[in-house]
Amino acid sequence: MSADRPLLDAHLVADQHAFELDVRLRIAAGEVVALLGPNGAGKTTALRVLAGLHPLTAGHVTVAGVDLDRPDRRLFVPPERRRIGVVFQDHLLFPHLNALDNVAFGPRRHGLDRRAARARAADWLDRVGLDGYARRRPRQLSGGQAQRVALARALAVDPALLLLDEPLAALDARTRLETRTELHRHLTAHRNAALLVTHDPLDALVLADRLVIVEAGRVVQEGDAATVTARPRTDYVAHLVGLNLHRGRGEGHTVRVGAGLALTTADRVTGDAFVAFPPAAVALHAGRPDGSPRNTWPATVVGVQRHGDNLRIQLDGPLGVAADVTPAAAAQLRLVPGQAVWAAVKAAETRAYPAGGGPGPG
Amino acid sequence: MTVAPGTVRRSDAARRRAAAGRLPLALLVPAGLGLLFLVLPLVGLLARAPWTTLPQRLTAPGVLTALRLSVQTATLATLLCLLLGVPLAWLLARVDFPGRRLVRALVTVPLVLPPVVGGVALLLVFGRRGLLGGWLDATFGITLPFSTTGVVVAESFVAMPFLVIAVEGALRGADRRYEEAAATLGAGRWTTFTHVTLPLVAPGVVAGAVLCWARALGEFGATITFAGNYPGRTQTMPLAVYLALETDLQAAVVLSLILLTVSVGILAALRDRWVTGP
Repeated sequence: MSADRPLLDAHLVADQHAFELDVRLRIAAGEVVALLGPNGAGKTTALRVLAGLHPLTAGHVTVAGVDLDRPDRRLFVPPERRRIGVVFQDHLLFPHLNALDNVAFGPRRHGLDRRAARARAADWLDRVGLDGYARRRPRQLSGGQAQRVALARALAVDPALLLLDEPLAALDARTRLETRTELHRHLTAHRNAALLVTHDPLDALVLADRLVIVEAGRVVQEGDAATVTARPRTDYVAHLVGLNLHRGRGEGHTVRVGAGLALTTADRVTGDAFVAFPPAAVALHAGRPDGSPRNTWPATVVGVQRHGDNLRIQLDGPLGVAADVTPAAAAQLRLVPGQAVWAAVKAAETRAYPAGGGPGPG
Repeated sequence: MTVAPGTVRRSDAARRRAAAGRLPLALLVPAGLGLLFLVLPLVGLLARAPWTTLPQRLTAPGVLTALRLSVQTATLATLLCLLLGVPLAWLLARVDFPGRRLVRALVTVPLVLPPVVGGVALLLVFGRRGLLGGWLDATFGITLPFSTTGVVVAESFVAMPFLVIAVEGALRGADRRYEEAAATLGAGRWTTFTHVTLPLVAPGVVAGAVLCWARALGEFGATITFAGNYPGRTQTMPLAVYLALETDLQAAVVLSLILLTVSVGILAALRDRWVTGP
């Protein structure tokens, strides 16, 4: 395999309930990519198509240079002959087999005799820290243990591409944290490609080298975690990473965002542009602030929620934004829904970047 | 301990009200009648059994022969039903083919068909001059009617729907994602069926096989029509009971008692072990 050719090269076009899935994915060897998106965005369909559990209507799936699904050439390799492993959301361990035989199932199907398959399975159970649990049935395992057995089962056949479908979604918060750490260790050790499907940005940020964000069956943004979190391109991504995001026209150091409001920004930008700033950068005042007259506008409080130690205030007005304030400030300003305030953002805390040159909000 | 009489009465009344609230009389009465209706005939059988002469009657030559033949043919019929019925149930549950509803209806016909009619139908197909019977006889020298094999065929015909319905239901209820998981681990369709699907629906298969066996053991109409009533060859227990009824009522009671004991015993053993698992 040449170094510049990705391990997975896919253009996934498939029908699903509400819309057509149309996603291009390339994953290099050793890379972990997270497919992130809201529920119903087509993430699971993408995973099923890659695994061969659902056919493509157009496009292609190529793993390690081998075509697995090409509707245009009437070529389709069934799931059992693909070198693709899957970790399912609710583990799907076979209930009639114990942990060891669940892990040995794949190696057995790949031609190992019973003894060799069990030896390999025992080795994998050891690697996921469950060597004492070989004889346990799936129902005798906790959720986190079952998910680790499922990971061992998928990895025991040495797949070229590992697919993980919301592997942590069914776990409680504490188990989730431990299993995420465990998963991170194994994904780092895995030499081949991995695709993680999730709707949890934390899973994606911790586990993946690169994020691909899909909404309504299309890729809306992709890049490494730093880029995506700093420069969101859709409301969904901005919400995920906790930023206020607005689109407008850049004219040097100002971006005109809707009804007569221009935000002064530290970055220089021209044409169609995004402005992003964290809720903590928004200051609220009872009256029009003195001094810097820039980047202030009148707003109305429409919602108040707890957010960590602070309160997150939803504001309506020329710009719908979220602002984080301390409870003391909130009490002083009497921030209840309906209250009129003035909002201000420092130019230094905004980030402006062109909206073109990448998948825009769709 | 002293308790005021009023307190006791009130708590009793409250308890009665609570109990009545949980168990409505409108259901309890018919439930009790239904149970009585099912159990009374068995009581009659036990009450009228000639307990004093039982040992001699049990060892009478025809009895054990008929019992052995019944158990053998019912077991063979169940095996035949498993061999053909499980794939048929899979076809009905998993393959979407045109006319599936019609096929499903056809499969259940033996359930509603009077068994005697089933026997006549079998004769018309497998009889010496039947649709296939002549050819079977001429080509393979196989004659089904009035043979022990004929008993197995008749019993299978009547009992197979029980198995097919039970297994089809289990297959429909099974989570197909386990089969997908097996496929991603490299299992082909046949291996997936034998190593994942079948173990998953095993309780349903066992339940179906038990029902199938019980139905085959009690089969009368189709057997006597298709296979006749030859002691040692085609005379199963139900046939022996019927024959004894015309000559010796007490012998019929004894035979019925044996049939009852064997079937209840085996059903109870299997139910405890397999059917009502968690």
